[in-house]
Amino acid sequence: MNYETVIGLEVHVELATNSKIFCSCSAHSFGTDPNEHVCPACCGMPGMLPVVNKRVVDFGMKAGMMLNCDINRVTTFDKKSYYYPDLPAAYQTTQWFAPVAVNGLVEIETSKGKKGVRIKQIHMEEDAGKLVHDIREDTTHVDFNRTSVPLIEIVSQPDLSSAEEVEAYLERLKTLLRYAKVAECEMAHGTMRCDVNLSVRPEGSDKLGVRAEMKNMNSIEAIKRAIEYETARHIDAIENGTEVLRQETRRWDDIKGKSYAMRTKETAGDYRYFPDPNVMPVVIDDEWFDSVKDSLPEFPEVKREKYISLGLSEYDATRLADSIAIAECFEDAFKVCNNAKEAANWVISDVTRVLNAKGMTYEQLTLSGKALGELINLVLDSKVSRANAKKILDALFEDESLDPVKYAEENDLVMSNDTGLVDKVIAEVIASDPKAVADFKGGKEKAIMALFGKCMKQLKGNVDPQTLRTMLIEAINKL
Amino acid sequence: MYTLKLETAAKARVVADDMILTKGVATAAGSKMLQGFESLFSSEALTRLENAGYGLCGKSRVGEFALDLMGETAFDGALVVDGVLKNGAAEVLSAKEADVALCLDVNGSCRRAAAQSGLISIKPTYGTVSRYGTVPVACSGETVSLMADSVEAVKKALAVVVGHDDKDGTSQSEALCDSVLKNDGTVKRVAVLKNMLVSIDADVKANIESAIEDLKKNGIEVEEIEGGNIAAAKVAWNILMCAEMCNNVSRYDGVKYGHRAQEFSNLDELYMNSRTEGFGSFLKTAIIFGSETLSTDNYMKVYDKALRTRRIIVDEFNKLFGEFDAVLMPAVSKSAYTVKDIENDKFMAFNENFYTAPASISGLPAVVSGGVQLVGKAFSENKLLTVAKLLAKEGK
Ligand SMILES: [Zn+2]
Repeated sequence: MNYETVIGLEVHVELATNSKIFCSCSAHSFGTDPNEHVCPACCGMPGMLPVVNKRVVDFGMKAGMMLNCDINRVTTFDKKSYYYPDLPAAYQTTQWFAPVAVNGLVEIETSKGKKGVRIKQIHMEEDAGKLVHDIREDTTHVDFNRTSVPLIEIVSQPDLSSAEEVEAYLERLKTLLRYAKVAECEMAHGTMRCDVNLSVRPEGSDKLGVRAEMKNMNSIEAIKRAIEYETARHIDAIENGTEVLRQETRRWDDIKGKSYAMRTKETAGDYRYFPDPNVMPVVIDDEWFDSVKDSLPEFPEVKREKYISLGLSEYDATRLADSIAIAECFEDAFKVCNNAKEAANWVISDVTRVLNAKGMTYEQLTLSGKALGELINLVLDSKVSRANAKKILDALFEDESLDPVKYAEENDLVMSNDTGLVDKVIAEVIASDPKAVADFKGGKEKAIMALFGKCMKQLKGNVDPQTLRTMLIEAINKL
Repeated sequence: MYTLKLETAAKARVVADDMILTKGVATAAGSKMLQGFESLFSSEALTRLENAGYGLCGKSRVGEFALDLMGETAFDGALVVDGVLKNGAAEVLSAKEADVALCLDVNGSCRRAAAQSGLISIKPTYGTVSRYGTVPVACSGETVSLMADSVEAVKKALAVVVGHDDKDGTSQSEALCDSVLKNDGTVKRVAVLKNMLVSIDADVKANIESAIEDLKKNGIEVEEIEGGNIAAAKVAWNILMCAEMCNNVSRYDGVKYGHRAQEFSNLDELYMNSRTEGFGSFLKTAIIFGSETLSTDNYMKVYDKALRTRRIIVDEFNKLFGEFDAVLMPAVSKSAYTVKDIENDKFMAFNENFYTAPASISGLPAVVSGGVQLVGKAFSENKLLTVAKLLAKEGK
C-alpha cells in the first residue's frame, strides 16, 4: 500500500521590534548577558500593567498581509496559564479568541510543481525566558532577557506532505517575512522555531492518522530528518504493528537520529485561557490598516519579473529577488549606474563573494547599494580597474559611509590616463627582464604574464588590463 | 490598624492600604506569601498624592488580597474591637491619624468599611485612576478608591489621583478623566432598587429610609423600582473575580520572590509547598473555584456567561441612567460584622458582596455616605458627591 504523510506546522517567529511586547525593555535578547534586558513588568512583578507595543501589532498585521490573511479588525489578547520558572507571571499573554490574522495562503514550489498551503491563523504572543542549568553547582538559573519578546505563531493547515514541501514552505515564510522586514527568521539564532505535527494515512484516504507532535525544532535539516524518520516509524507501525501509535508530543534527537515520546503528566494540558482584562481589544481602523497595507513591499515574484524586463536572465533575476537585502542592494546600485547587467553581476558574484568570505548571510548585508552603483560607474567610466574596484568593495564592507570616488582618489586607485607613464613603465620592465622578452618572442606566450604582472604592480593596477596587454605586446614586437 | 506606621511632616496625611505598592516600604497584601515584599516602584495614585503635598503616614491592614469581608483573612489575624471586625484604613481615619485613605476596592471591603464606620468613600469610574502599582487581583473591576471623614477631603484627593496614565492600558483618555472633575453635579432624580434591599437589618433599613427622606427634603425625586438583573452581579462577579485572582496570584510560586518553602525536593514540590504554606485557606478555596471556572469544560458554561452577565448589567444600569441621576442601594446587610458571623460563615464575603458587586462588575462609580451607597453613571462622580454631601452625617 502507498502512504501519504500529512504535515501541519506551527512556526514561531521572533518579531524584530526594538522593544518587548508589553514593556520598553530591549527586545534584542541574542548574545546579551543574562537578565540585562529586564524590568518589573517582564519579570512578572505585581503592580506593572501591560501596555501593548503598537509596532508589534504593525508587524503582526504585516506578516498576515504577506501571507494573504484576513486581518481581524478587532484583535484581542488572552492569558494562557501554566507553571514554569521561565514564565515569571505564570501566564503567557497570547491571542486565543481573536488572533490578528486568519485564513491565509502561501504558495510554494517544489520539484512536483506549485502548491498552495493554507494558513489557519497568525497570533501574536510573548516569548518565555530561558533556564540555564549549571552542572558544577547543580542549580538552575533563570534568564528573563527573552521574556516578553514579541513572537508571532503561524499555524498552517495540514497541507504539507513531504520534507521537501516543508523546506519550501519554511523558506517561503522566511523570504516573505524578511521582505516585510518584520523578522530575522534565523533558526540558528532561535528567531524562527518550528513545531511539526505529522501523521500518516493510506494514499487517497480522507481520514487523518494518529498525530505526533515534535516541538521546538530549530534547523531545517533536522526537521527534514525528523519527518523522514517519523514517516517511516508510522508506516512501520501501521504495516508491521511494531508499536501502537498514540497522539503524543515527541522530542527529536538529531544526533541519534531518533524521536522519543516525551513524558506527559496526567494533569497537564488545561491552559485556562481567558481574555486579559488589562489589555483592551486592539481596534484596527481603516487609517491604520491602510498605512500598514501601503508599507508592504513588492512581492518577490513582482521584483523577479521586473528584473527580467530589465534584460536579466531568469536565473539572475530569481537569485536577486530571493533575498530582500540583495534585491534592494541591486535596485539601489542600478538606480545609480543604470546598467542592470553590471549591477546584477556585481551583486551576485562580488558582493556574494565578500559575504561568503566574511561568513555573513544576505540578511546581514549593510552595503549601500548607492555606493555600489557609484563604484560600478567608476569601472564603466574606466576610472578604476576591475581589480582595484574589488579592493574598494572590500573597503565599503568595512565602512558603509565610505564614498567610493573619494576613497579611490585618496588611495591612489584611479586609473592612469597618462600613456606616457605606461610607456615608461613598459620600457623599464622590458629592459629588466630580457629572458622573458626572448621567451615570448620565441613563441612562449605565457612568458608575457610575468612582464604584464610587473607592469601592473608598478602601475598599482591603475590601468585597464586589456590596454596594458595590447601596449606591452606592441612594445615587444617593436624591439 | 497599621502594618507599618510612618512619620510624616506633611499637613495632609494619607494612609495607603496594604494593596497599594510603596517603594521601599513593605507591601504584603495581607498574605504570608508576600510578607516583607518590597516593590521597586510606588503606586501611581500614591505618587500623585505625594507630589501634591500629601505625606504617607502608614500602611493599613487588609485581608488576604483584599478579597474578604473585613480583614478576617489577614495572615497575621483580623483587627477586632469588642468582638466586631474592623477595617484598618477606616480605623486610622476614625482615630484622626490620617486625612484620607487610599485603598484598592476589589470586593467592596472599603465601601463596607465606610458604611459601618460613618465615613465617606468613593470608588471612581473604572479607568479614571491608574491601577499602576497596585497588587493585581481582579483587574477587570478593581479600582483605586478613596475614603475620608468628609466629602471635601475625598473630593480634594480625588482631584489629585484622577487622570490618564500611559502605564495603565485600561486608563481612560485625559479628556474623559478630566470630565470626572468637571461634569455637572446637579441631581434631580434618584432610583431605589427594590430587589437590592433584601436581607438588610433594621439599622441599614433605617439608613436607607433616612437617606430617602434627606434626598426628598432637598427637592430630589426618589422612585422605588425593580432592579432587574443588577441583583445577579454577585454571582457573576464572584466568578470573574476568583478566576482573575487565581490567575494573578499564580505568579507567587516561590521561585522569584515572596514566601519560599524550606522543604522541597523538586520543582513541583517547590511550587506546591510554597503555595500551601503561603496562602490562607479562604484564598485557596477561591483559587480552586476560580481555576475551575476557567477550565476547558467550564469556560463557556460559567466564565463566558459571567462576562455576558456583566454586559447585561452595564446595559441595565445605563438604561436607568437615562431617567435617573443615581441609584441608591445598601453597601452592607448589617451595621457591624462580628467574629461570630465569620465563625458561622467563613465565606460571608461572597454573599455580602451582593451590595457592592453591581458597581464592581460594571466599573461604575459608587459613593458611600450616611451608611448607604449610590451608584452613578460613568464619569458622574460630581453628582454622587453632591448626594454624598446631603447624606453625610457632618452635613446634617
Ligand atoms: Zn521589561
